[in-house]
Formats: sequence, structure tokens, C-alpha cells
Amino acid sequence: MTTTPLSLKELSKKEILLSYGHRMCSGCGAPIVVKMVLLASDYPVIACSSTGCLEVSTCISQYTAWKIPWIHSAFENAAATLSGVETMYRSLKKKGKISDDIKFIAFCGDGGTYDIGFQSLSGAMERWHDMLYVCYDNGAYMNTGIQRSSATPLGADTTTCPAGSVIPGKQQQRKDLTKIMADHGIPYAAQASISNWSDLMKKVKKALSIKGPKFMNILAPCNRGWRSRSDDAVMLSRLAVETCYWPLYEIENGNLRITYKPKEKKPLEEFFKTQGRFKHLFSPENEWILKKSQEDVDRNWERLLREEACISQPEVNKEIEKSQ
Amino acid sequence: MSKVVAVTGNEAVANALRQINPDVCAAYPITPQTDLMQRFASFVSDGLVDTEMILVESEHSAMSACVGAAAGGGRAVTATSGPGLALMWEILFVASGMRLPILMPVVNRSLSAPLNIHGDHSDAMGARDSGWIQLWSENAQEAYDNTVQALLIAEHMDIRLPIMVCMDGFIISHSIERVEYLDDDVVKNFVGSYKPLNPLLDIKHPKSIGPLILPDLYLEYKRMQHEAMSKVKDVVLQTAESFQKISGRKYGLFETYRLDDAEIAIVILNSAAGTTKDVIDIYRNKGIKVGLLKPRLFRPFPYEEVGEALKHLKAICVLDRADSFGAFGPLYTEIVSSIYLTKSQPIVINKIYGLGGRDYMPEHAKIVIEELIDIINTGKVRLYKDYLGVRE
Ligand SMILES: Cc1ncc(C[n+]2csc(CCOP(=O)(O)OP(=O)(O)O)c2C)c(N)n1
Ligand code: SF4
Ligand SMILES: [Mg+2]
Repeated sequence: MTTTPLSLKELSKKEILLSYGHRMCSGCGAPIVVKMVLLASDYPVIACSSTGCLEVSTCISQYTAWKIPWIHSAFENAAATLSGVETMYRSLKKKGKISDDIKFIAFCGDGGTYDIGFQSLSGAMERWHDMLYVCYDNGAYMNTGIQRSSATPLGADTTTCPAGSVIPGKQQQRKDLTKIMADHGIPYAAQASISNWSDLMKKVKKALSIKGPKFMNILAPCNRGWRSRSDDAVMLSRLAVETCYWPLYEIENGNLRITYKPKEKKPLEEFFKTQGRFKHLFSPENEWILKKSQEDVDRNWERLLREEACISQPEVNKEIEKSQ
Repeated sequence: MSKVVAVTGNEAVANALRQINPDVCAAYPITPQTDLMQRFASFVSDGLVDTEMILVESEHSAMSACVGAAAGGGRAVTATSGPGLALMWEILFVASGMRLPILMPVVNRSLSAPLNIHGDHSDAMGARDSGWIQLWSENAQEAYDNTVQALLIAEHMDIRLPIMVCMDGFIISHSIERVEYLDDDVVKNFVGSYKPLNPLLDIKHPKSIGPLILPDLYLEYKRMQHEAMSKVKDVVLQTAESFQKISGRKYGLFETYRLDDAEIAIVILNSAAGTTKDVIDIYRNKGIKVGLLKPRLFRPFPYEEVGEALKHLKAICVLDRADSFGAFGPLYTEIVSSIYLTKSQPIVINKIYGLGGRDYMPEHAKIVIEELIDIINTGKVRLYKDYLGVRE
């Protein structure tokens, strides 16, 4: 397999496999995720999506934006559906009816991944299907009109947990799905961001080179739901990374590695203040939410640093064990 | 050379699946289907088939995996019962809407609550409008024969629809009967090799499967499903004809028993038909002109043919092993519709029986026949819908 080096010059020669003319909102982060992931692949890919913004906007009536084979079956079952395709592939390959070396990638929203599709995803990973599951995480059920999901951050205003005069937005913290997926014991789990395209594409390349189940969580700004400017998807992604709200790391065979460390960790406020969904957090009575969110981010970042240190420096590990 | 064996219904169907040798099989345990898939899994483990198994984490995923596998471009099968079929419900429509010829034996079981693992038809009747072809089977032999014939119907190029083969939970799935197996080679030739249509795995010809279709086209899609369904009857009959050549066993859209000259009749699905036939013989010996009709193809429903077969009767009782609370049973409404088309007007009553595995005994058939005799003698109907064998 010849691999395309990750240089802009070389990448610009490759075909973009999700065509223009799809109907996602302008400035949406999700199609950028898909394009980058597919651009990183040196193999033919068959994709599957769960019901959601990406799915409804990329294949309507006689029109499709997908230049690769693609299937959508329902909202909660992309992992199971793709596991069926992948199993048929193995079966037909074994019988000599297929010779191509094909990769299987799911592209699903956070609702279809963290919530309703969680069982199907967990099952597919446990069964060790050779597939990469990519969650484009925009932090809510956007397609149905910005309802809360378990990926919605604490305090965010959504249509089912609106910031009201009594309840100031979502009352619970996000589910740490990347960690949960890594805890399935799968060979590769990672978090990535379109702002760090080379990091994202390296992760995709690595994931596709590994046999078995892989999971990638990629932040996908949604200007409709986040109440942000429509040309800010990449800038917002960068802020999420620089504030450590969305740390970039990978867990390969249980070993955690932070793939990007901000030189100076920015305060979370800088990320929050760019988005209308957090507007109410800047009034004095909701200050505690900002404070708690910052503490959560700090705690998580420190945990990641600690876990990384434990793996790269076994002696630190022993120290920690002793102190416990 | 065909072989005569003593096996359970589950064993017979598992053996048919072994002979079919599908490319992919998704499995999830649920009583009374469980041992069907266990048996098939042992064929896989022993290398008797080259099927790839997907041991899913739910029936919802079993059907979803079958959708993915079949869309991929090969034969996909699974099997289920009662709540498992209910959990698949959403994806049953995806399978038929995508025109995927998936094969699924359904070992009929009741639905909760209250929890009950025994046989009735609530599961498959609940899925009757899902766009799946449904073949029903009286006994293990019919379940085996229907399974062997199913793919020829489902995969026919004019049809391409998923198919269920129904048999009664426990009564058939778990009792040992005499079954005649066809030779492996005979089944293999009969089923033939799979002809993929727009396979997703054809990487050189990318396709998008499962689009969003808006009101401007959705109705046309559904109408096409109906068109495909309307061709099923003929293909079922053609398939039955070729099956008769390899097996000597004759199948149609439904079976009739002593019906031609009958004045009264019972219409009933699956295993209870056997008991009913015995009781009919007793009454025939007494000179009572009673007969039976047992549907085999329930979806699509052969209205004209069934109507023709029943129009000469004076009174009919349709026995339903599934209820539609506050309405007539699902088989009853089909029978009444069939007869209505013929313009004849026999009296048709409905009995709900056997729910949750309640035994259907010869005395129940007797009660029904006596009531039908009374109806034609007096012209009076006590109740159009009633329950049979219920403890008051
Ligand atoms: C079984 C089922 N429940 C609910 C829905 C309605 N629904 C469709 S898309 C969607 C939200 C999708 O959210 P997410 O997965 O986060 O993707 P996004 O639209 O945000 O990109 C919902 C709730 C559905 N299609 N199917
Ligand atoms: S609503 Fe949000 S996620 Fe959906 S297409 Fe628009 S920007 Fe993208
Ligand atoms: Mg979302």
C-alpha cells in the first residue's frame, strides 16, 4: 500500500470523497471531519452513518454527496449495521469473491454514539470488528433542533434544557466517552480536532493500520447549536484544544499519549464566551457553573498528564502506588 | 436420497439453515428460538458451514447486522421469538424498505406483560405490516420445507424482500416429530448461488444506501414495495412446484382440508390445524360437513384465492392465536375481507385461543364446530368475538 505523505501539497492532489453541494449548514464542522478522515485513508473505504445532521444532509432523494459506498440504516445502530457489512466482507473474502482490501468507517453524531447507539457501539467494539468508529461530536441532537445529549457540556443552553430563570441550562457534566471506549480494551481510541489537521490525519492513518475495533472522537462545531459565528468552526475547535476542553490524545493498546500540549493553557471562558449557548453563564448567579466547568477541565487535563506520565515513566507509577 | 429423522422443529430448521449455508448469520438467544441458533452455531464450530457468525448484543443489532450484511451483497440470516422480534421492529421496516432478502425463522412466542415464554402469534402478527413475506408452518416438516423454499422467494429478482418462516414456539420448536430431510446437494442446487443486486461491497461502483426521502417520493417507494409484494403469490406457487419435484411434497398459498363440500369451516394457522383436522374427521364421520383452511402465505395475503375457497360456506369460525384488544383478531379481519370480495355472505365469527401457550385441545375444536352447527341451524350468533378455553 502506497501511503500519501501528510503534506498539504500531496494531499491537495487527492480527491475529496464527500462532494460539495451537500446540504449541511455552511460552516458546519461535521463535513470537515468526514473530509479529513477520508483524505487520510490510503485504502478504499465503506462508510456508514447514523441518522442525524450529516446523514440527512448528504443523501437526499436521488442526490448523494458520498463518492464512496455508504449506508444509513437507522439512528441507534450504525455500529451494528457496519459490523454486518464488515462480516459479510470477511465471509465473501474468505470465499474468494472479494479481493480488495477495504476499510470500514462509521461517521456518527454524539446522540447516535453516546446515547441511543451506545449499546450497539459497545457490542461492535467487544466483538472486535475491524472498523473505525468516528463520532463527530457537536454536543447535542442538532438534527432535531439542538436537544441535550450526554455529550452536552455542563451549563449549555439547549432546547430541552433551556437556560431559564430557575434552571440555568444543562445540570450534568459530559460523559467521557473516549475514556469509556478505551476501557473496552480496544487497540486504539483517540480524540482529535479539525484545528489540528495533521494530528487528526495521523491518528486516522494509525487507526486504519491497526486490525480490530478503533474509536475516534472528533469535535465538530455546530454554529446553529452553539450559537456561534458560521465561519468559526476551526477557530472554535482550536480554542477547545487550547483550553484543554477538548484534549488531543490517543490510547494505543492501553497506553495513553497526549498528542498536543498547549504551550499555555487558556482559560475555559475564552472558549465559552464565543458561544451563545453559554451566554447566561456570564451573569453573576451562574458564575459557579463556569468555575465548576473550569475545575472539571483542569482535573481531567491533570488526570491525562498523570496517566501519560505513568505509562512513559514506570517509576512515577511506582511512586503513585506507594503514596496510595 | 432423502432421510427420515425424528427431530424437533428447531433442529429441522437449523438443519435447513446448514444446508443453505448462508454467508452471514446474526444470533441472539431468546426462548424458544435459542436452541435453533445454538445448533447452527455448532455447525459453524464444526466447520459444517462456512458462515460467519455475528454474536450480537441484542436483537435490534441482530437485524441491523443482517441489514448491513445483506446490503453488503450476500445471504444473511437470523432467527428470533416474541420480544426479540418486537425489539427488531424498527429495523424490520429498514430491511424491507431496502429490499434486502434476509431470511428469518420466527419461533412464535407471546409478548410481555405479563412475561410468558410460550407460543402464540402476537410477535409475527405485530410485524405483519413490516413489509416482510410471512410463511407459516403447521409442523416441523413444514417449517423445514418452508425454510428451504424461503430464499427462492425472497431473492427472486422481481421481489427482493425479506422473509419470515413462522412456527409455533415449544409446540413445534421443542417436540420431536418425523421429518424427511432432503439431501444436502439437492438443497444446495435448489437454493442456488446468491445473485447480489447493487452490493455495497462493490467498491468500484459506489452506492449510497438508505437515503432521506421526502414527501415528493416516499409514497412511490412504498408503492414499489406493494408492487413487489403483489408478485410474491406467483413466485410462491412456482417455488412450491419446483419444490414438489425434489421432495414430492405439495404446497400452495394455503391448505384446505375437507373444505370443498363443507357447509361450515374453521380457519386456523400453524400447529393447531393438526388437532382441528382430527376433530373434523370425527364430525365428518357423523355426517357433519365441516372443513378447514390453513393459511400458509400470510403476507402478502392471497385474498382472492382464500375468498374463492370459502365463499360457498354458511358459517366460518376464524381462530386467532393473537389478539387485537378491542378489535377482531388479525386473521379474522383478513378472512372477512377475502370473503367480502366474493360478494357472498357466510356468517364469520372469531375466537381468540391459545395465548401464552395455553393448550388447544380437541374439545376446543368441538366447541367451535358445535357453535357453528348451532349458528347455521338457528341463524343466530351469540358473540362475534369470543375467547376459547379461557378460565372464567
Ligand atoms: C429511534 C429514533 N429516535 C429518535 C430519532 C430522532 N432523531 C433523528 S436524528 C436525531 C438527533 C441526532 O443527533 P446526533 O447523533 O448528535 O447527530 P447531529 O444531528 O447532532 O449531527 C434524533 C433525536 C430517530 N430518527 N430515531
Ligand atoms: S445544525 Fe449544526 S450540525 Fe447540523 S448541519 Fe447545521 S451546523 Fe452542522
Ligand atoms: Mg450531535
